[in-house]
Amino acid sequence: MASAETHASKRKQRPLSPHLQIYSPLINMVMSILHRITGAALYVGTLLLAWWLIAAATGPAYFNFVSGLFASPVGLLVLFGYTWALLHHMIGGLRHFVWDTGRGFDLGTIDTLSWGTIIISLVLSVAIWAWGLMAKGII
Amino acid sequence: MSTTLRPTPSPTEAHIRTPLAKARGLGSAHSGTEHFWHQRVTGVANAILVIVVLVQVARLTGADHATVKAALKSPLLSMPLLLLILSGMVHMRLGMQTIIEDYASSEGAKVVALMLNTFFVILVGFACVYAVAKISFGA
Repeated sequence: MASAETHASKRKQRPLSPHLQIYSPLINMVMSILHRITGAALYVGTLLLAWWLIAAATGPAYFNFVSGLFASPVGLLVLFGYTWALLHHMIGGLRHFVWDTGRGFDLGTIDTLSWGTIIISLVLSVAIWAWGLMAKGII
Repeated sequence: MSTTLRPTPSPTEAHIRTPLAKARGLGSAHSGTEHFWHQRVTGVANAILVIVVLVQVARLTGADHATVKAALKSPLLSMPLLLLILSGMVHMRLGMQTIIEDYASSEGAKVVALMLNTFFVILVGFACVYAVAKISFGA
């Protein structure tokens, strides 16, 4: 059909909507992307929680095996990342609660809330691990 | 096939939604604001429960099996942990649903992914609940 051809050529000429790589990264945009990434990471990370709980319910031998894996350098890095993802997603959620009330939409507040999310999440992650390790006399 | 152009509706005629549709208030997605609202309610619950659980779990860094088991037997940890698992299940299912709906390339892939999302959440969630219940009620 002639009209179909016309439609196809017209569609080809249409400009594409600009995607991520077109825009220079802004902090609120980076935080938005990190909110989704940390959410997806936490989704998969529930497997670690389930594994830890099942190990505790299974018995001392299997618990020691899993606990040893978690205490390895890679394990500690993953657990620290898990802690940060959890806190970052939580604080990002609190930021969204502020926006849900219709407040905090001026550019200055948006930047403050966005920078606050990454800074507070990192500080809290380090603090909670320092506290946990110090309580055990590990550091 | 000839197409007849409909006249532009006047402002009074533009409201073509039926009174029943308005009363239901479900909109074009047919599910209203349910998804948004459940994500917010579980988000508030998660934020509170995560703090209560994280503070106690951080103190279990490097703890042996008996200590972890004793901590999980205490309702001070097992109660907020079980509530967090249930609230988290709803929250992560809704969140992953949004990601799937954003990126699924075809309707078939979307339906399969949404189904797997539900299966994953229920499997991991109930594995956690089973482990906590086994420790709480077990010897």
